[in-house]
Amino acid sequence: MTTVEESAPAPEPASAPEERPIGYGRLKRKEDPRFVRGKGHYVDDIQLPGMLHGAVLRSPLAHARIVSIDTSAAESHPKVKAVITGAALEGLGLAWMPTLSMDTQAVLATDKVRFQGQEVAFVVAEDHYAARDAVELIDVEYEPLDPVIDARHALDPGAPVIRDDQEGRTDNHIFDWEAGDREATDAVFARADVVVAQDMLYPRVHPAPLETCGCVADMDPVEGKLTLWETTQAPHAHRTLYAMVAGLPEHKIRVVSPDIGGGFGNKVGIYPGYVCAVVGSILTGKPVKWVEDRSENLMSTSFARDYHMHGEIAASRDGRILAVRVNVLADHGAFNGTAQPTKYPAGFFHIFTGSYDIEAAHCKVTGVYTNKAPGGVAYACSFRVTEAVYLVERMVDCLADELGEDPAELRMKNLLRPEQFPYHNKTGWEYDSGDYPATLRKALDVAGYAELRREQAERRARGELMGVGVSFFTETVGAGPRAHMDILGLGMADGCELRIHPTGKAVLRISVQSQGQGHETTFAQIVAEELGIPPEDIEVVHGDTDQTPFGLGTYGSRSTPVSGAAAAVVARKVRDKSRIIAGAMLEISPEDLEWEKGRWFVKGDPGNAKTIPEIALAAHGALELPEGVEGHLEATTVYNPPNLTYPYGAYICVVDVDPGTGVVKVRRFVAVDDCGTRINPTIIEGQVHGGLADGVGMALMEIIAFDEDGNCLSGSFMDYLLPTALEVPAWELDHTVTPSPHHPIGAKGIGESATVGSPPAVVNAVMDAIGVRHADMPLTPGRVWQAMHGGVGAPQ
Amino acid sequence: MQVTINVNGEDHSADVEARHLLVRFLRDDLGLTGTHWGCDTSNCGTCVVLMDGEPVKSCTVLAAMAAGHKVRTVEGLEGPDGLDPVQQGFVEKHGLQCGFCTPGMMMTARALLDRNPDPSEDEIREAISGQLCRCTGYLNIVRAVQWAAQHPAAPAEAPAQNAGRAA
Repeated sequence: MTTVEESAPAPEPASAPEERPIGYGRLKRKEDPRFVRGKGHYVDDIQLPGMLHGAVLRSPLAHARIVSIDTSAAESHPKVKAVITGAALEGLGLAWMPTLSMDTQAVLATDKVRFQGQEVAFVVAEDHYAARDAVELIDVEYEPLDPVIDARHALDPGAPVIRDDQEGRTDNHIFDWEAGDREATDAVFARADVVVAQDMLYPRVHPAPLETCGCVADMDPVEGKLTLWETTQAPHAHRTLYAMVAGLPEHKIRVVSPDIGGGFGNKVGIYPGYVCAVVGSILTGKPVKWVEDRSENLMSTSFARDYHMHGEIAASRDGRILAVRVNVLADHGAFNGTAQPTKYPAGFFHIFTGSYDIEAAHCKVTGVYTNKAPGGVAYACSFRVTEAVYLVERMVDCLADELGEDPAELRMKNLLRPEQFPYHNKTGWEYDSGDYPATLRKALDVAGYAELRREQAERRARGELMGVGVSFFTETVGAGPRAHMDILGLGMADGCELRIHPTGKAVLRISVQSQGQGHETTFAQIVAEELGIPPEDIEVVHGDTDQTPFGLGTYGSRSTPVSGAAAAVVARKVRDKSRIIAGAMLEISPEDLEWEKGRWFVKGDPGNAKTIPEIALAAHGALELPEGVEGHLEATTVYNPPNLTYPYGAYICVVDVDPGTGVVKVRRFVAVDDCGTRINPTIIEGQVHGGLADGVGMALMEIIAFDEDGNCLSGSFMDYLLPTALEVPAWELDHTVTPSPHHPIGAKGIGESATVGSPPAVVNAVMDAIGVRHADMPLTPGRVWQAMHGGVGAPQ
Repeated sequence: MQVTINVNGEDHSADVEARHLLVRFLRDDLGLTGTHWGCDTSNCGTCVVLMDGEPVKSCTVLAAMAAGHKVRTVEGLEGPDGLDPVQQGFVEKHGLQCGFCTPGMMMTARALLDRNPDPSEDEIREAISGQLCRCTGYLNIVRAVQWAAQHPAAPAEAPAQNAGRAA
């Protein structure tokens, strides 16, 4: 099933003819007309009659006991309607809430604060300004405690116990988790010719969606119904969790995720602000809006990464990679709020064997509490695949450095071969399909790799620092099979409903929630491909739990693998039914009909046909239907994926480093991705562009840093640096097509591939340029300069 | 304090607090919610509008400072003959995904093309460097502005591109 397509970058003619594919292809987005007119509907655009505004008082300290909270001055502010503290929430049983990792998180602190920026009180006032004024009037007395900031000391004897709310707890240990075969791996390492070890930190970063988190909570006291507009990537899961936590009946909760200004994993979980807004609305009988500002977003919502990794790679003298062994110390912050399937506390980190045919592998991950914000799984990580890919792709470069081999050749020598798929790796994954050597060859060709190496040699001779970095990654996306994967007991299958109206127009209701990925366009294209209905005649409904079928939402690049599969399956159900109805219309056995996109025709008589609109009208009309066939033309399905999908890619980055200052300039970036069947190449390319910018940002600029007292040093865009148009190059994209054999349309996920695959390419390029084996991200000028001069750059 | 601000060609008078930010005035008081708010340190540029034809970050302008000036927002881009070329360029070249940075990016692009109808790629990147986008990786935004430069509005429309003119 493997084909390698010719290069097909985006067509660039200024006046390309209008393209309106019925099915897959470069369809322009259905979302754009409202967004380019300023007519999107984001949470903070919502105005309701009588709406009040909430604001959060946050802890200035990382670790402190709360002695007292005086809210009297705030309460007497003329515009304040309610001031909520942890003590008030305790009475409602809501001072603590469950996290997606089955830990607990304080909604408003009662006993003590555990990270700087933690929620302490919530003010509800008549307007935005008054709410913030009143927050300033709350007086909290703290008794400071020693914080735990460096995860490497979290398990030291005598370390302050952060979670003394948990009965019997005497340390900061959250979990140990292992995958692979330790003994077999140790045995391979014992007999290997070459072993390279390297410590590396994947620093704490933040997804920083341009729209922060927020909500409007509206509890209707007459109907007893809560409507909650929220920045959520998983509205159905939120509804169920609110029902379980707050004791509200689930049919009286409507969660609406309107247009979302980017999510990037930041908007998966439930934040205290949402809960406080709900309580505020219950208490005041009015709608309550809460929208955090940027510093609140950076300091308190889900961070990403923060993995201290000790990697080891074993190889033969001639460069055969034999085994990889990893120990990880995972910094989870003060509450274990990582979002991943229940059975996988380190997500899918055990995909760290990467794209290579390895004899043995083992990893051990230890999670610890520190006095920092909760999170970990976010920022297009596919459940820790970013960390896994970074680890293995850096280790392969370390090995290349040790052996004096070219890193591209070393990879080519060790890549899995097409005939090995489906491939069972040594930690439990079954890779679905791949032709890795063809994709790497294509990337090397597009980049002109041999020429780049010649240029590099010339520049080196002149004293210039040019580097070429290669990474080859295998993703695992599309969680996942119900038997193995659930979030808090909710299986990771996704529902889908398709209704064809009498005139042949359609409405598709999906369970996943776009945050810019173009679902309104691409899901219509899937149905269009299956039924021949033009995509503009298909309305895609998402985000409203009263209107859409249950499902687990959009993250982990799971929309196409799971919900996209559901859309194809439900369209095929409709097609099957349309065949029966067409048979009744034509008074012929359905078996004698043949399908052509959009219509059924009599075999051997193509002129004798019924189109989908004709069939839809008949299905709603007076046509006598065969026994057991109901009227109307619609179907529902729940798709339980048999496996995940394994997209992959070959990335090549070219950098120039200023020898005097350590400034890194990314001159070129070539990305060849393979996500199987491509529904809309334009949208795929946009996804890849965005992810590559993430990768350059993480590799060179981004870090959430703390001082020793636990002060967050990156709580605004003044310090948390994101790439602008000046820091990123004009991306060079290409692709190959290796469909997923188990997916109904052969499509794999793609959204997170570039964020996963690009950071090691950038770091490998910089190390190649400066001739240093390893330095930790972000490779800021200071850190690069230090590394060039024998320092290693102090890990945070 | 009493202010009168001309927004998209129409005068709006209101009694505002001195501390009222222009971005909140546009969004909360006028209901022009296309202009967004993405940070609190003047870095992200999702709030960019044109004031007397110049791009400004409206989170960093008091409503009182805009009194007597002409403000143009994303809602004032579309003309009677359809989308502004900048808007069309963003659609044509897939210059947006979540759409949150889009209004600010387009206003800056409009101002750039008004003073430099044929900008180089470097000039486009420089012009939007005060604005963050988290989705697109910028390349298609650059292409969108280039598309708009190659498809200028009909000459009769040109005077209407002055800030504050009624659409």
